[in-house]
Amino acid sequence: MHPIDTLLARHRFRAIELLPWLIAVAVYFVFGDYLPLGSQILIMILFALSLDLVLGYAGIVTLGHSAFFGVGAYAAGIYAAHVSGEPLSGLVLAACAAAVVGWLSGLVVLRTTGLTLLMLTLAVTALLAEAANKAGFITGGADGLQGMDIRPIFGLFRFDLFGRTAYLYCLAVLFLAWLFARRLVHSSFGRSLIGIRENTARMHAIGSPVRRRLLTIYTISAALAGVAGALLAQTTQFVGLTVLGFQRSGEIVIMLVFGGIGRLYGAFVGAGIYMIAQDQLAKLEPAFWYFWIGLLLVLLVMFARGGVLGLIDRILRR
Amino acid sequence: MTAALETIGLHKRFGALIVANDIHFRLDAGARHALIGPNGAGKTTLVNLITGRIPPSAGRILLGGDDITALPQAVRVRRGLGRTFQINTLFRGLSVLENVCLAVGEHHGIGGDMLRSLAARRAVLEGGYALLERLRIADDALTPVRELPYGRQRLVEIAIALGLRPTVLLLDEPAAGVPSTEIAIILDVIEQLPDDIAVLIIEHDMELVFRFARRITVLVQGSVLIEGTPAEIAADARVREVYLGEGHHG
Repeated sequence: MHPIDTLLARHRFRAIELLPWLIAVAVYFVFGDYLPLGSQILIMILFALSLDLVLGYAGIVTLGHSAFFGVGAYAAGIYAAHVSGEPLSGLVLAACAAAVVGWLSGLVVLRTTGLTLLMLTLAVTALLAEAANKAGFITGGADGLQGMDIRPIFGLFRFDLFGRTAYLYCLAVLFLAWLFARRLVHSSFGRSLIGIRENTARMHAIGSPVRRRLLTIYTISAALAGVAGALLAQTTQFVGLTVLGFQRSGEIVIMLVFGGIGRLYGAFVGAGIYMIAQDQLAKLEPAFWYFWIGLLLVLLVMFARGGVLGLIDRILRR
Repeated sequence: MTAALETIGLHKRFGALIVANDIHFRLDAGARHALIGPNGAGKTTLVNLITGRIPPSAGRILLGGDDITALPQAVRVRRGLGRTFQINTLFRGLSVLENVCLAVGEHHGIGGDMLRSLAARRAVLEGGYALLERLRIADDALTPVRELPYGRQRLVEIAIALGLRPTVLLLDEPAAGVPSTEIAIILDVIEQLPDDIAVLIIEHDMELVFRFARRITVLVQGSVLIEGTPAEIAADARVREVYLGEGHHG
């Protein structure tokens, strides 16, 4: 095959890419009791996917991505509690709010690189967390935001006690986000992000507006993270300060590294394995489960750089 | 005739250290010009000033007659100023074809395109591939750059710059670090550069310089010592003193 065709073929849809969706649909029918956990996993996959766009593709090393998750969660939560319980407009609002925060913070944060950038992303999250804490009259502060009454989707599908609607709702949103992200990373824009990750100096030297490209993807990623946060708020009808916590920022990085960064599907594998492991380990060893997560991560980083997907890649190539 | 590239009284100081001192320099369309000088003469500094990596302390830079002194690096590139790097500055994890296509894509103005049009992508890939064929590295189109031998990486370095279709091309020591057995390939490529590109080459290898250049500028301690034809430069006593008097640099 001609090299051009080979390269174009790499961007074409492959059957294996259907696998996560088949599993997600199968889960709905087989593990009906686990759907609330399933929804949580789908939400974290979306969050990890948004992180992959900036961390995996554009090479922006951030430890503050929960800022946008949290802004989305609070935006959707406050909207539902005080304005309207209509879920889809809540999602759109959350995406817009997170995008604005992403764009504004990106203007400052993306002027830096490396450790400085890392610290600034942390600082943004810390600022927002403290603001949410202080603004208790609207966010509920440390008690959390309650009193949301989410109306049926399209006025038809009521959120039920077993989490069936919530699961399908999250799945549909994740699917759309994935379609969008997939198209994005395979576009010329997506390729130029990889170029920036691989060699920023050369991207400048070939006339690429590097800063603008980074700001664009940072804003898009923030919006997607905001949608993930909004899904959490709407499906649990509660928003606590932990959505803006440093721990969530760290965990999502761990999940993504676990699955493999810059691969689009690392988010699915990483968040899936991590959340299930966490659930199972917490049952087996309620006090000690973080130890095993830590051990698993150490082993993975030592012996399987590129995460689970990187490992599979290497085994297949042999 | 308007010069393809011109610097007027270009000056750069870092504190008390003057690294570019009142440099008047002119590159005509289609020029084959070499910039030589001992280590630390300020050759790479001059390239960085022209490309906009560092701002000058004083002076002006004109590209095709337009003042570009205040323009950011990326805008200069889009106006036709291409460069290569002394130390390979490549997208190491990507294939050779993808490396070149990043540049071709930016040149076509689709680098920020989020809605993929396969036809546009194919045009870019075809442009990139044609370039690889011209530089005879098409066999390695799908090889990740980091797996290539150094000499071929140098060719990718040039290919990326050519992907921008520059009117002015600055080659910063294109043969640096290349084993002598492979230098001939690089020389061929440089000699076959399109005639309408004005080329400025910075090089230590005198054989390469004298084979390639129709004019030579000698830079010493940030100032232009002399400019002339290769024959004039070879015969100049001051140049001999700079090069031979304080030991060999070339």
